[in-house]
Amino acid sequence: MRWSIFGGVAALLMAAGTALAAESEVELPERHWSFDGLFGTFEREDVRRGYEVYRNVCAGCHGLTLIRYRELAALGYSEDEIKALAAEQTYTDGPNDQGEMFERPGLPSDPFKAPFPNEQAARVANNGALPPDLSLLVEARAGGANHVYGVLIGYEEPPADFPLKEGQYYNKYFPGHVIAMPPPLSDGAVAYPEGVEATVPQMAADVTSFLAWAAEPTLEARKRMGVKSVLFLIVFTGLLYAVKRKIWLGVKH
Amino acid sequence: MSAPVFRNPVVRWIDYRLPVFTFLNHELNEYPTPRNLSYWWNFGSLAGIMLVTMIVTGIVLAMHYTPHTDYAFESVERIMRDVNYGWLIRYLHMNGASMFFIITFIHMFRGLYYGSYKAPRELLWILGVVILLIMMATAFMGYVLPWGQMSFWGATVITNLFSAIPFVGENVVSWLWGGFAVDNPTLNRFYSLHYLLPFVLVGVVVLHLIALHRFGSNNPLGIDTKGPQDTLPFHPYYTAKDMFGLGVFLIFYALVVFFAPNLFGEPDNYTPANPLATPAHIVPEWYFLPFYAILRAVPNKLGGVVLMFAAIFVLFILPWLDRSPVRSARFRPIYKIFFWILVVDCVVLGVVGANPPEGTWVVIGRIATIWYFLHFIVLLPLLSRLERPRPLPVSISQPVLSGGGYAPAPARAMDKA
Ligand code: HEC
Ligand code: HEM
Repeated sequence: MRWSIFGGVAALLMAAGTALAAESEVELPERHWSFDGLFGTFEREDVRRGYEVYRNVCAGCHGLTLIRYRELAALGYSEDEIKALAAEQTYTDGPNDQGEMFERPGLPSDPFKAPFPNEQAARVANNGALPPDLSLLVEARAGGANHVYGVLIGYEEPPADFPLKEGQYYNKYFPGHVIAMPPPLSDGAVAYPEGVEATVPQMAADVTSFLAWAAEPTLEARKRMGVKSVLFLIVFTGLLYAVKRKIWLGVKH
Repeated sequence: MSAPVFRNPVVRWIDYRLPVFTFLNHELNEYPTPRNLSYWWNFGSLAGIMLVTMIVTGIVLAMHYTPHTDYAFESVERIMRDVNYGWLIRYLHMNGASMFFIITFIHMFRGLYYGSYKAPRELLWILGVVILLIMMATAFMGYVLPWGQMSFWGATVITNLFSAIPFVGENVVSWLWGGFAVDNPTLNRFYSLHYLLPFVLVGVVVLHLIALHRFGSNNPLGIDTKGPQDTLPFHPYYTAKDMFGLGVFLIFYALVVFFAPNLFGEPDNYTPANPLATPAHIVPEWYFLPFYAILRAVPNKLGGVVLMFAAIFVLFILPWLDRSPVRSARFRPIYKIFFWILVVDCVVLGVVGANPPEGTWVVIGRIATIWYFLHFIVLLPLLSRLERPRPLPVSISQPVLSGGGYAPAPARAMDKA
């Protein structure tokens, strides 16, 4: 009787789960990511190509302000490469000893520079829509990486008589299907290394991997420590069980 | 219970003047505990360990957190990214709250099943309900601190509930906010209280334990211990059992923290708070969902708020609603069924709370709410008069040690046999 109730509760929870899932309206593409699963890690090659896509395409509209240039070292960029990448941007600093603000090239300790000085400027440049900062976007959407990937590959011709206003695009993976971002990727948009073709799905997957790294650069450390901790705890708990058995041996209860 | 003789002379010197060692030995070592406790009795000590875990991780987080609307969100991200093992501390604290509630809910349902709220443990139970209330206040204010979208909108929705108070509602709300909206003053006072309340909790837990140790634990049979043959010293028997239970729990906790740290969270809370953009669905943390469902089951705001608080306050008077002299559901065949229906009812309320208040969810929510109150206010008093309990064992040791010996059931008012 007790177990049938547990079964009933479990069934209810599953029903609730599907009800909640149904709310997000769109069926996202299911993709296997290298950072999924207990032993997931970031493929450095993918993430580096993803950074190139971000830098050359997305950075024109989207900030990534939680990442500093020096953190690119984790992706295998050398100190000189990082210095050069940072120096491509100018930052306002100061005041100097004359009491004046001045412009200087970026340093590895600077955060990625947002493309617009403020929200209003961003909206004016984007038909009134606001391109969100991408630092945490993979964490901030229920579908995670699949959501971002879906949005990037989901552009299509709208169904006949689908109402679209000026500056709106049809996207089959975006909730509501109307998105204000023009299709950002096209085949060959970014110069790719020999052997990898710069197709839209390839670039979309790469930049999604990069954004997943940006959202949680400590993911690999977390999973590594997790595997060790859980293994340790299983052994330790086994020992505790043996101790408990030994102590209770011969006690009627 | 003779005064212990400590071998270490320093300990003996101190204990003679300040008998803390005698106290500890008495309460944690020789403390007589029923010999038949099941694993459901592990959850009290787990709750205590979780409370300590929350305080320790919380204090470390507080060293790096900035309670200001302009910096709070980013300071949390800096903890995640730049502080050494900051991600670990934060995930432990964030999921620790969920663990604490899972444990406490199980602990309470254990109390309901085995009648642990009945005489002479009424105050012990009432202190438990006080603990639950303080835990809820602490968790609610903690969730506001990272200043994400759900922090802000959850705080707005919940504090707005107080505007339902007749006449002074609006004043109360702006007094709570320290202004005319949830803003920096609100964040600051929530931070201050979030730091304070866990220590109040420690105080109430101490009282809870003093009350517990007055009569000792209840047990699965729900009958009183009758002498040394019914008990075991707490150490090493229950220390060993509690440690094993802790190990099992830690495996579960670790799996969540390391492999699904955002399982219990809302993705929206990774978007910084924006007073101008309301999220599509504002949902509270999962442990508030049953209460949220009760709140929304009533079409009238004031009524909803009153009923939501009543759902907890009814637990205060529970010892006087259930008058059956038999504690354990093992010997109460009808109560046992209603107990499990109540468990399902609470889960249903939780599911309703997670869904938008539309269509059938409204109907289900209302039925489940009515059942919740029906259970406590009508069924329990009725059952205590009508139900015929099964015969109780004479003592704990008897069925345990000789496999027999049942006393006749207490006479019932309506004996249908
Ligand atoms: C021309 C400017 C522009 C460029 C270039 C651009 N975006 Fe966007 N993006 C936007 C705007 C505007 C929005 C807001 C869309 C909306 O709210 O409807 C947006 C929204 C998004 C979203 C959010 C979807 C959501 O769930 O809310 C993602 C993800 C995204 N962009 C990723 C990218 C990536 C990755 C690139 C580079 C490959 C990129 N964008 C390039 C303008 C741009
Ligand atoms: C911070 C939260 C809490 C802590 C640390 C805590 C701690 C404990 C501990 C250590 C025990 C003894 C061991 C055990 O029975 O498991 C206990 C017993 C008990 N607690 Fe709690 N508790 C908490 C919350 C609650 C709540 C919310 C309730 C109910 C409203 C409650 C009701 C009881 C009762 C009735 C007992 C006696 C149980 C029995 O012996 O059968 N406790 N508590």
